[in-house]
Amino acid sequence: MTADTLSRFVDAVERHHASVHRVDADEATTRIADLVDTPVVGVPLPNAWGIDLPDTVGTDPTPADLDAAATGVTAASLAVADYGTVVLESDAAGSEAVSLFPERHVAVVRTEDVVPGMREAIGRLGGRLRDGASAVLATGPSATADMGELVIGAHGPREVDVVLVESAGDGESVADDGDSAMGGATDE
Amino acid sequence: MSKSDSRAETAARIRHLLDTEGDAVAENTRGFNRGRRESTGALADYESLKSEARAIKEDAIERLPELIDDLRESVEARGGHLYVADDAADANEYVREVVDGGNVVKSKSMTTEELDLNEALEADGARVTETDLGEWVIQLAEEDPSHIIGPAIHKSREGIAELFNERFDPEEPLETAEELTAFAREKLLAEIREADVGVTGANFLTADSGSLALVTSEGNARKTAVVPDTHVAVSGVEKVLPTVEDLAPFVELIGRSGTGQDITSYVSLFTPPTPSPPVEFGEARSASAERAESAKPDSAMADLGPVAGDGATEPHPDREFHLVLVDNGRLAMREDDDLRETLYCIRCGACSNSCGNFQSVGGHAFGGETYSGGIATGWEAGVEGLDTAAEFNDLCTGCSRCVPACPVEIDIPWINTVVRDRINRSGDPGDLDFLVDGLTPDEEPAGLDPTKRLFGNFETVARLGSATAPLSNWGASLGPVRAAMDRWLGIAPERDLPTFERETLVDWFAARGGPRVTESMARREAVVYPDVYTNHVAVDRGKAAVRALEALGVRVRVPESAAVASGRAPLSQGMIETARGKAERCRDALLPEIDAGRDVVVVEPSDLAAFEREYERLLPADDAERVADGCYEVLEYVFGLLENGADPEGLTAGDGEPVAYHAHCQQRTLDLEAHTVAVLERLGYEVTTSETECCGMAGSFGYKSQYYELSMDVGEPLVEQFGDADRVLASGTSCGEQLDALLGSPAEHPIEAIAPADR
Repeated sequence: MTADTLSRFVDAVERHHASVHRVDADEATTRIADLVDTPVVGVPLPNAWGIDLPDTVGTDPTPADLDAAATGVTAASLAVADYGTVVLESDAAGSEAVSLFPERHVAVVRTEDVVPGMREAIGRLGGRLRDGASAVLATGPSATADMGELVIGAHGPREVDVVLVESAGDGESVADDGDSAMGGATDE
Repeated sequence: MSKSDSRAETAARIRHLLDTEGDAVAENTRGFNRGRRESTGALADYESLKSEARAIKEDAIERLPELIDDLRESVEARGGHLYVADDAADANEYVREVVDGGNVVKSKSMTTEELDLNEALEADGARVTETDLGEWVIQLAEEDPSHIIGPAIHKSREGIAELFNERFDPEEPLETAEELTAFAREKLLAEIREADVGVTGANFLTADSGSLALVTSEGNARKTAVVPDTHVAVSGVEKVLPTVEDLAPFVELIGRSGTGQDITSYVSLFTPPTPSPPVEFGEARSASAERAESAKPDSAMADLGPVAGDGATEPHPDREFHLVLVDNGRLAMREDDDLRETLYCIRCGACSNSCGNFQSVGGHAFGGETYSGGIATGWEAGVEGLDTAAEFNDLCTGCSRCVPACPVEIDIPWINTVVRDRINRSGDPGDLDFLVDGLTPDEEPAGLDPTKRLFGNFETVARLGSATAPLSNWGASLGPVRAAMDRWLGIAPERDLPTFERETLVDWFAARGGPRVTESMARREAVVYPDVYTNHVAVDRGKAAVRALEALGVRVRVPESAAVASGRAPLSQGMIETARGKAERCRDALLPEIDAGRDVVVVEPSDLAAFEREYERLLPADDAERVADGCYEVLEYVFGLLENGADPEGLTAGDGEPVAYHAHCQQRTLDLEAHTVAVLERLGYEVTTSETECCGMAGSFGYKSQYYELSMDVGEPLVEQFGDADRVLASGTSCGEQLDALLGSPAEHPIEAIAPADR
């Protein structure tokens, strides 16, 4: 992943009506806490990342919690720079439902997992799917054009925030431009 | 019913759809089509991605039985079930047993439309709810989808609001698209919570992993698959790809080709049964005692199992998965050399959106039992049979604008031509054949529709027309004659008929003394191909071509021997054997010229398209290639001469004159619009090009009584764009006539604009 890849990723996410928030690993928890609307449900981030979810996030939701939640927080295992896509893997902890039911989805992805193009992403997924994994390539919020014009927010989330975590050990530190990078600026 | 009554009925049905659905369909499809052009234009390797996608599908269909075996192994290894259903009844029976009268939520699936699965399940008392918003709208309205990917594009926002308000009587009447969407989301979430089984389709299946790809934007397919513990996916057998990696080009192409989105919100890659815990709200209808016991709206969904990224992919123990692969005629299509390409279709809708006729009437006219648009002819012929395909096959005019739009490079016009030929051959001998039989020495069966036979034999008509002009023209324009032509031959009385010139282009050229550029002075030698129209009707543009090329130093000939029809006319009527005979004759006329080092310059784009695109279907490969290589569109040829240093001094310059230019549909497909524009601009014309895919005339189509109004409607955007233009140029003869009818003033061929004045 290069600086160019990351900046293409940020542009593409914003083009698809979502927002990117770039943070260092040690500020990720605080930033997620700032972004969520309550009540909030989530799935713990992978252990290896060393990032805790804020205490406000309920990580063992019931269906009733899911139904009531305003925000869902999950990890994304991969991201695609050309498209602004995040890859959400299904798991027994309920990532698929948590990323789908609430109005707002906060996806946390590491800079080292951003690949340049769709071909690289599908290439990485090949082995995972053959091992039985399921994943959704999610790009921006849900949408429909079936009601006579484009509406953002259909059955899935209406708002999507991508928290892009600077990988530990990455040479360059990235300026925090999260709040200024609200989506929608390039809406057609 | 007589043929003229049947034509009147067709015209009435089309008029009704133009009035009731045309506006919504036009707005949506033209929007999708613009989006496709922009979105694919931004993709640097678009052409190579299409070729890659094509190659993957060719290989997959070739190896289909083996891939189905691999897929079965992958699905069963995870504890899922795979069933290959021979036909609709077989597929429905299997799904009925799984559903067992329970509540079903569905994401959009054309294959289940093909099966009439909902009706089969409802017969058992199942409650079936479509969760795609467009599909739900037509379920409520009890209508059929009007488009492969946008089932309700024929409905306006106002129409949907009226439907919801009448059906549900909400406290505050719904009005905006946002309100309608939010309302539908809540209504449908309630259905999803109560569902026992989720039914989805599949856009692709990967044999190596047992995964299915679902390309969606609303999120309903994800809910349908994740909430109930039982997932049934229904898919045609043709959707299987060898590996996950093969998905790459399709993921990049499908959204762009369909709605013009570079990617849809969600591309789900499920490898079911998935690890996701079902979301048990405890509201499912036919939950067994055991399941009711375990339903837990207020207890945690998951024992906190391993999370994504930490590697666990075990199927959730409560999940059940059934994959139903539907044959229903597809394996026979695989054995059919002409219909096989249909199986490469990824159902993106690009052929519908890029089609002038579809943009005007939508899938309720341009469609069969299930499928709509250009490719539907292949699907309906293979799945339902020729009779169903025959109901709408006429609406493909062969304009070929779908060809570059198709992400898997299917020759959709050829499928339509082949099916038309089969329909022609399946008809009963009519009682009016004597009217045209004597005139028309063709290779077709006795039952052929007389209108098709007439247009298919235009060469003969034109020869007689010139020979007897002006008498032929006076006769044809008389009121009683036009009424008879409408009644017996189906020729629209509103149309001006071609006026045959007494002096053909060939005769004119001979009379003026042959070539005027000497051999020693010639930059190149060329033959201006005297196609039927240029030779007999639009003779002036042929003369202009001769003068323009001579001004550029080309030694031009217009030999009598080359005045041979290309076969385009019979081809457009589905008369393939007649067209083959013409193609052979035309090849025999042109190859000696090409072999002698002369370039063949073609004025009429539809004839050039026959040489470039269809001759490979009609002639031995080597002959077809030699003809195609030796022929040039006239402005393409001028462009090449200018690029190679010819002096444009002798041509008529534009001096900043604005011109509005509509390229011919088939010329665009050959990528030859740009050459005309470049020549005009180089000569100082200020060019505005049309954004309309096809003018609507499409050769003979607009002359047919039952399609006249549709044809005029297709051309309507040209009126909006070119209505105020002072000078309109068009490359095709029939485009010129259509523009004349639409704008009230004749259009010229670009070669007439740039040719030196007649001396």
